[in-house]
Amino acid sequence: MSGFGITSRNDLWWVRPLMILLGLSMFIVYATWAALQGEHYAVGPYLSPFYSPEIFGSSPHSWFGPKPSWWPMVIPFSPAILILWAPGGMRFTCYYYRGAYYKSFWADPPACAVSEPRKTYRGENSFPLILQNIHRYFLYLAIIFVFILAYDAWKAMWFVDPVTQEKTFGVGVGTLVLTLNAVLLGGYTFGCHSFRHLVGGFKDRLSKSKVQKKVYDCASCLNRKHMNWAWFSLFGVMFADIYVRLVSMGIWTDWRIL
Amino acid sequence: MPKVLFNIWRTNSSGGEFQEYKTEITEGMVVLDAVHQIQAEHANDLAVRWNCKAGKCGSCSAEINGHPKLMCMTRMSDMPEGKPVTIQPMKAFPVIKDLVTDVSVNYKIKKRIKKFKPRPPDAPDGTWRMAQGDIDRVQEFRKCIECFLCQDVCHVLREHHLHEKFAGPRHMVYTAALEMHPLDTEDRTRDLKDGHGIGFCNITKCCTNVCPENIHITDNAIIPLKERVADRFYDPLMKLFRKFSK
Repeated sequence: MSGFGITSRNDLWWVRPLMILLGLSMFIVYATWAALQGEHYAVGPYLSPFYSPEIFGSSPHSWFGPKPSWWPMVIPFSPAILILWAPGGMRFTCYYYRGAYYKSFWADPPACAVSEPRKTYRGENSFPLILQNIHRYFLYLAIIFVFILAYDAWKAMWFVDPVTQEKTFGVGVGTLVLTLNAVLLGGYTFGCHSFRHLVGGFKDRLSKSKVQKKVYDCASCLNRKHMNWAWFSLFGVMFADIYVRLVSMGIWTDWRIL
Repeated sequence: MPKVLFNIWRTNSSGGEFQEYKTEITEGMVVLDAVHQIQAEHANDLAVRWNCKAGKCGSCSAEINGHPKLMCMTRMSDMPEGKPVTIQPMKAFPVIKDLVTDVSVNYKIKKRIKKFKPRPPDAPDGTWRMAQGDIDRVQEFRKCIECFLCQDVCHVLREHHLHEKFAGPRHMVYTAALEMHPLDTEDRTRDLKDGHGIGFCNITKCCTNVCPENIHITDNAIIPLKERVADRFYDPLMKLFRKFSK
């Protein structure tokens, strides 16, 4: 017997791919919407991770000032679309997500030991999926982003006094949200399979360098829970954007802890 | 004790069909015990391959309720209560009789992998020195019992029958054990890309999920090998780096 979905499995094999389909779809829809808004992405010392680094933009966090005059009129401008392709590419080519979306979005296979809708299969052996090998280049960019977001978390600890205009140290709920976001993204990025390979996995005799062995072991340790890091960081970054957006809109109040 | 209904695949002249058997289950029984009991009570000619009954020989691989498993390591108490238990042969391999499959294709694939080639001995007495930390990584791969459940669940082999183009998870583990060995000097990277078709793996981790030895096949063997292939063939920066570091 052959045909899509045929299996002798009598468990709820379709639940997991369905949950992944819904989870990833929800994120993609929200991220696209949020990236195209171009407003309510910064408030006080907080900057939404979807908009960081803000290369051009209207908030005080902008690196090079407002929207450039040479920006084509036909393309809608948002500081997020200048940068989101990089972390998006990292996730799209990530080994964990690949395995997950091949199952959930492409049914290749729909689940383990469940038959597929197509007879032909080329995998990542030929175009276009052979391009997934670009993953490590997105990793290099993602590492830069982790440091930028960590710096954002640091900046989120310095609040401007409305009376004296002096910056004073403080911790708000937003500070915690942005710090947690940087930690989760760090756990995801530094547990990446490509990172693990590049810091030492390519060697057969790693023990010769104690430092390199330690770094490799740390990456391996994070890698063991790569799936968890992937999901928590995905929802972490989404929640951080929602938090900054709602505080900026005045719907939520940012409580100061310190 | 309760009687449980089993649907067991039996071959016949027209291919095969499921046949129902009922047998009494007692405490501590595994699926293989139940199959042996059915063999004794109802079907003396039921073919089943088995040997150690301890999860170490890899002989009794089959699909139990659609999951590739070792029959000797699957407890009857873990089966859903009140539901029939389905047992069928591994789908990725040709059936010889009933639950017995012909897994010889795996031995042919294994022969195509370049053998271990150690560097010259480190000491005058012909011995080598290795760091435990380096050997730990490949030690995991040596736990493989060649049950071929990973080959069975791999959709590239199971659904698409690409045995000639893709070596499969078991042989990726075997290659990783050789390729990452601190003494080995052989280069298998081009073979991995071309002959063994590592690009066919789309990282679904089904092989890891079914491994009775809990080898992290995808994370520790296949993906690191994919990364080595990427180093060599798909990464221009790494090519440049290698050129100048020589």
